[in-house]
Amino acid sequence: MSAYAVAWIAILASAALAFGAKLAGHTVPESWLAHPRVHRIAGFISVALLAALFSVQAFTSGSSLVLDARAAAVAVAAVLLWRRAPFIVVVAAAALVAAGLRLLGWG
Amino acid sequence: MPRLDAVRQQALSVAIATGAYAISFGALAVAAGLDLWQTMALSLLVFTGGSQFAFVGVIAAGGSPAAAVTTSTLLGLRNGFYGASLAPVLRPMRGAHRLWASQVTIDESTAVALAQPADDLAARRAGFWWTGVGVFVLWNALTVVGALLGSRIGDPAQWGLDAAAAAAFLGLLWPRLASRAAQAVAAASAVLALALTPLLPAGLPILAAAVVAVAAGWRGRRAEEVPA
Repeated sequence: MSAYAVAWIAILASAALAFGAKLAGHTVPESWLAHPRVHRIAGFISVALLAALFSVQAFTSGSSLVLDARAAAVAVAAVLLWRRAPFIVVVAAAALVAAGLRLLGWG
Repeated sequence: MPRLDAVRQQALSVAIATGAYAISFGALAVAAGLDLWQTMALSLLVFTGGSQFAFVGVIAAGGSPAAAVTTSTLLGLRNGFYGASLAPVLRPMRGAHRLWASQVTIDESTAVALAQPADDLAARRAGFWWTGVGVFVLWNALTVVGALLGSRIGDPAQWGLDAAAAAAFLGLLWPRLASRAAQAVAAASAVLALALTPLLPAGLPILAAAVVAVAAGWRGRRAEEVPA
């Protein structure tokens, strides 16, 4: 089989597995989710995964931990959130801080 | 409906910050040796950013197609947890409706949906669909742009969009951290993911945070302690 065909098979396999994971979550029976323990875990799990995603996005590069312009930008974002700034202001300020610092040659 | 306008504004800003990355993705996929159709198929069919970047990253580094599929799948598993968390928001669903909801169940649509007040189901649903479909449209359109223009457009990080995406997730998490228990889970998950990043393949450090949620939810709690 050509390398081109193998690449297509890999793409379609990835697509099927990605979709399977997504669909599985939407197919979990109601009766399981109604169980109090499962209900509590489901409530915490999106907080846990999104907090983990945030920290990986803000403080890692590949497999190393880094403090760069992103750290400064999310620190500014945290202060703005604490001061109850609108969402779009928080996001735009973070982009500006990171882009500005990089323009100055840091991070 | 001021609440819905706020939701759409959130959805749009998240879709733009995320969608811009599809330009990078398109350029990297072509640079890794995939053609335009394969690149488009990844964005249309896999449609989960981390998985797609991992797939082309493995291919570009000379890894096997099987390794590309494995890494991509590890990064996509967390979407399964999101579907279960979204059950009270989206169900009942059947047929094509459920298939579409599945396809657009990603970090962004989940985060915007659940950032809305728990008692405002309409806002939560609007958050999910506006963000999911908004990211889907922009992500696929800009994948084509990136694949055709290649690296000429430059790195989104130069525009601070990597920091904007991280700040957006922080902002979406913020309203859900009302209880001490939720704050503790978020902090422990963030620290655990960072601690595991040098040790585990991409995707697993984030997935490992599910353990924190299981530990936190295992024992009985007052209802207001559990994020809705």
